[in-house]
Amino acid sequence: MHPRSVDFEIHMHVSIHHYLVLAAVLFCLGLLGVIIQRNILIMLMCIEVLMNSINLTFIALARYYNQVDGHLVAIFVMAIAAVEAAIGLGIVISLFRNRQSIDINDFNSMRG
Amino acid sequence: MDTQLLHFIIVTLKLVIPFAIILTFIPLLVWLERKGSAFIQDRPGPNRAAIMGIRLCGLIHPFADAMKLMFKEDIIPSQVHKFFYVLAPFIALSVASVTFLVIPFAAPMPFGGGVLSFQAANINAGVLYILAMTSMGVFGIMLAGWASNNKFARLGGLRSSAQMISYELSMGLAVISVIMWAGSLALNDIVSLQGANILRWNFIYDPLACLIFITAAFAETNRTPFDLPEGESELVAGYHTEYSSMKFSMFFMAEYANMVIASALIVTLFFGGWQIPFLDTNTFRTNADYYLYYFLVAAAVCCVILGTFLSIKFKKGRFGDKRDYEPLVFGVPAVVAGLAIFCLLVVLGRFPLPLEAANWIVAVCQIFTFLFKVLLMCWVFIWVRWTVPRIRYDQLMDLGWKFMLPLAMLNIVITAVRMLWQ
Amino acid sequence: MNPYFFYAFATITVLMVVLMILQKNPITGAMCLIVSFFSLAGLYVLLEAHFIAVLQILVYAGAIMVLFIFVIMFLNLKKEDLKTGRRPFYQFAALIASGALVTFLVVQYTKIPPVSFPESVAGFGTVEAIGSLMFSKYVIAFEVIGLLLLVGIIGAVLLGKKENHD
Repeated sequence: MHPRSVDFEIHMHVSIHHYLVLAAVLFCLGLLGVIIQRNILIMLMCIEVLMNSINLTFIALARYYNQVDGHLVAIFVMAIAAVEAAIGLGIVISLFRNRQSIDINDFNSMRG
Repeated sequence: MDTQLLHFIIVTLKLVIPFAIILTFIPLLVWLERKGSAFIQDRPGPNRAAIMGIRLCGLIHPFADAMKLMFKEDIIPSQVHKFFYVLAPFIALSVASVTFLVIPFAAPMPFGGGVLSFQAANINAGVLYILAMTSMGVFGIMLAGWASNNKFARLGGLRSSAQMISYELSMGLAVISVIMWAGSLALNDIVSLQGANILRWNFIYDPLACLIFITAAFAETNRTPFDLPEGESELVAGYHTEYSSMKFSMFFMAEYANMVIASALIVTLFFGGWQIPFLDTNTFRTNADYYLYYFLVAAAVCCVILGTFLSIKFKKGRFGDKRDYEPLVFGVPAVVAGLAIFCLLVVLGRFPLPLEAANWIVAVCQIFTFLFKVLLMCWVFIWVRWTVPRIRYDQLMDLGWKFMLPLAMLNIVITAVRMLWQ
Repeated sequence: MNPYFFYAFATITVLMVVLMILQKNPITGAMCLIVSFFSLAGLYVLLEAHFIAVLQILVYAGAIMVLFIFVIMFLNLKKEDLKTGRRPFYQFAALIASGALVTFLVVQYTKIPPVSFPESVAGFGTVEAIGSLMFSKYVIAFEVIGLLLLVGIIGAVLLGKKENHD
């Protein structure tokens, strides 16, 4: 192999940091979405992004420590995400029936 | 460098051939569907399109259809969401083609010091990959339904998504018992373990799973009796109401591509995949020259008989036009080819084959066996479509959730008990 | 591990999530999210978690997002339904806070010594490895998750049921 390409590869090497930083960025983007979005459906999607960033962290660390335990946590998180989506969307449907709106600001009073 | 080039060529072929097979199957199935429905309804079916007077039993029709659809005006209605409206048919077709990449077409064979597998991607979780990819197909339909901004299209999209989620469950649960028997998620292992004996194939071993899987596959491909997303008696044309020209034909092609994939999957999981009935891969490889010789003899005899039969049917003035010559166009070359093969066999006698050639012959035979099985399974799809009426929506949901899902779960328990028993 | 793939997938993921949180139309947001889930699955493949990558597509893109799009289509939202109130100060504050959180996390992570990934052990991330661990060490968690799913099903049915008041 050409010596310069070896040098280049060392600089371009992907370490655990890359994945962790990516997961951190995703987490913060999801959090940002939950805060700035007023559309309840997109807020739910942002929560899915949060869970995915956690999954990415777990899987990157599982690869780092060569232990499969992180994968199992990721599977459990996926199951929880599925439950969360089902319940969350059920709530969205019943809220929409009452208020005819998907704006989170319209749901701030207790009375229906 | 040379091995690298060879590797590159093999990978390219592995990626291209599945697509080519799907694209060849689509016009063939359209023809089979039209002729089959005509046969079931006791009418002649398509037979008008012709090239220079040659009609080929309506085989020209798919090409005529393709030409027509390509040159039709492509209308994008003004009320649609343009981006998703254009994207939806592409998603439907591309997702359908990608699934074919993990299907094994033949037994892995020794080649150049390594093993050549007839499968574009031999991934560890092949079955799951297929389930994941087939569930992607619904996005095309849903997006089409949503982007068309039309109530019929929207209802079609809604129905399709609900149907897809419901039947995916029973499909996945039916596969679990097959996985339990095979002890592997890789499709090639599942096929290898079924063996050449028909009585050991999964549809005998596990008939309940087979039935559930086939029913769920009908629902997933939106074929009658589960074609509610496009039920033309209620929803005009369902999700593709607003589509015309090439975009419509992409949905049309996606439906047939999905059918091919569902058939390939059913064949792989339950009907022995590439296994030739009662002919083990190793036996075939060691005795390839013997089988090849007698196969060619049989083929030559069949060609001669068929060709003679067709040539006898030639009678001038039966139709009064060029159709008179159709039996001759096929009959005479068949006789000639049959006699030529026969003479060649007599001259050459039985000759020993080199090992490489034997391996290739086995692989080619297995590929054609697999494709033949897939074609038969596709015929089952067509047969059911023209026999069974569409069911009502509540019946569809009841069947999925209250009948097939418990049955699939029961089947897993039964399989577990049977495995303990053995 | 190919760095170009990592950067490509990471860029697509982040870009699509950014597009999603700026969206007003939930269907467009959902499609962006599906694309980012696919590229996340690509990242999982780079991390040799093939099974998780397939599950990611099967569960997130194939089930959860289909459910989302189903609900969005079911609600039949009109243009005026999608208009939501805006609060610029709130958004600005959120931007600052999440920027600070990213900085904090990045600073914390870089304290880990910059070691690249070790060679993976044989059979890492296969179905066998995950399955044997799931039914031995994590069997209680597995059962609890099953129970949670059951509760989820019952809850969803109760929420979705039409109330008959009189």
